[in-house]
Amino acid sequence: MSLLFDAALCLLLVAGALGVVTARGARRAVLAFIGYGLLLGLAWVRLDGLDVALTEIAIGSGISGVVLLRAVRAVPEAPRPGTRPLAALLSVGVAAALSVMVLALPEPAPTRAHDVAAALPATDLGNPVTGVLLVFRALDTLLEKVVLLLALVGVWALSRDPSWSGRPAPLSSEPASAPSAFLARVLAPVGLLVGLYLLWVGADAPGGAFQSGAVLAAMGLLLLMGGQIRPPRTSSPRLRLLLLAGPLGFLAVGFSGWATAGVFLGYPPGWEKPVIIAVEVAITISIAVTLCLIVLGPPSAEEGT
Amino acid sequence: MARRMADLLFAAGTVLLLVTAAGLAALWRAGGRDADRMLAIQLLGSAGIAVLLLLAPAMGDAAILDAAVLLALLAALAACAYRASIGASAGAARPARGAPPELRRP
Amino acid sequence: MSALVNAFTLLCVAAGIAFYAAGTLGLVRLSDTLSRIHALTKADNLGLALIVLGLLPQAASLLDGAKMVAVWLLAQLASGAVAQVMAEAVMAEAVMAEAVEVGVASAPGDGPT
Repeated sequence: MSLLFDAALCLLLVAGALGVVTARGARRAVLAFIGYGLLLGLAWVRLDGLDVALTEIAIGSGISGVVLLRAVRAVPEAPRPGTRPLAALLSVGVAAALSVMVLALPEPAPTRAHDVAAALPATDLGNPVTGVLLVFRALDTLLEKVVLLLALVGVWALSRDPSWSGRPAPLSSEPASAPSAFLARVLAPVGLLVGLYLLWVGADAPGGAFQSGAVLAAMGLLLLMGGQIRPPRTSSPRLRLLLLAGPLGFLAVGFSGWATAGVFLGYPPGWEKPVIIAVEVAITISIAVTLCLIVLGPPSAEEGT
Repeated sequence: MARRMADLLFAAGTVLLLVTAAGLAALWRAGGRDADRMLAIQLLGSAGIAVLLLLAPAMGDAAILDAAVLLALLAALAACAYRASIGASAGAARPARGAPPELRRP
Repeated sequence: MSALVNAFTLLCVAAGIAFYAAGTLGLVRLSDTLSRIHALTKADNLGLALIVLGLLPQAASLLDGAKMVAVWLLAQLASGAVAQVMAEAVMAEAVMAEAVEVGVASAPGDGPT
């Protein structure tokens, strides 16, 4: 019976993808894409990838939706002729190549899941995904946080020189409507609680720093769209401290690993869980603020300082 | 959970998916405004929450309920983003605010 | 006893899906966007409530049951506020369309001026 459910879900996914591709006008395509992201979240749940499902729903559908809806305002309604067939060819080609590769994998597919399961008890964590992210492949996670910061710097670099230290333009060209303000005031506290919960529970169940940061960023965007907070000045030292807390904190733990555990990014024996939690808190804050600022865009001089 | 019960919950989820698919298809094609399409997305979100609630006992994974919470929050964000994206494109003059005109029937 | 509980679950879930179907039908068949918002929020919320009610006996623990109720409460809260946001969006779009017609504002998609 679950097969029937999966078949129905696949049908919806294909229909959703077709809806995105055949939509008339960029705005309709973006709306279809938001729906498609929600369906992908369901698909990940069925594939037992709940951590990915949480991320897909938060970022692939929610935050990406905000970014795309803003971006689509500056895009001409009809793409240039010749763009569509080229894009279709490229997409179909990539999809075909990926399908061939996945279907050609040996059965059972190569995996290190057994090694992870064997080594997980030493980390005091119950969620193997968190174990991989923060212990076994901590270096990748550290580099990821730096990359996120670089992306933000890239976005800020798009501003004009005079407005470099100013505030990004607000998310809406009109003052926030009363219903949006109400929605923000009512849901943001709930979202904050959910974000904190995801951070805490990520040690033993699906969740973790990235999902938590994404939810917190989403709540930040909600508050911005509801006119409850103003975009901050990019030169604000407090803001920059929040942005750097994650990467620098992680880096500090990494360097101190030479002293405490004899290896870069080693955790002091017996103190793994508290240190991991501290690192997770730091990177969650940074992820949330960075994602929020990336969506806001470069500082602009439109608003009178 | 008994296998039979799980199967029935999957069946219920399938029916819900198909009903939603039919509604989405009809709403998308029916023309009308972009706001109708955003409502279709909200429908998908609401049905998605119900499907996840059905999947949680059927798959025996309580963490799926967390995904349902996220879905509820992010669907609201999408609606807010839609509202914020209405308005003059960057640099254009803003329309005068006043009493809204009669709504047009599509 | 267990058969009775399962029957209760199936009955409530079926009723919930029926309400979802009714809401979807209303969404499609009603002609005005504002009426569609009503169909979406009222019928779908009732459907979700019935589904949650039906699934409560199937919850593995008290905490899971409480979580399901929490999801339902959040959905109620969110959909109520979203209905207001969408309705205001419909009004705002009407104002924009009027302004574009009159020539005061440029249509979205014309690109930055």
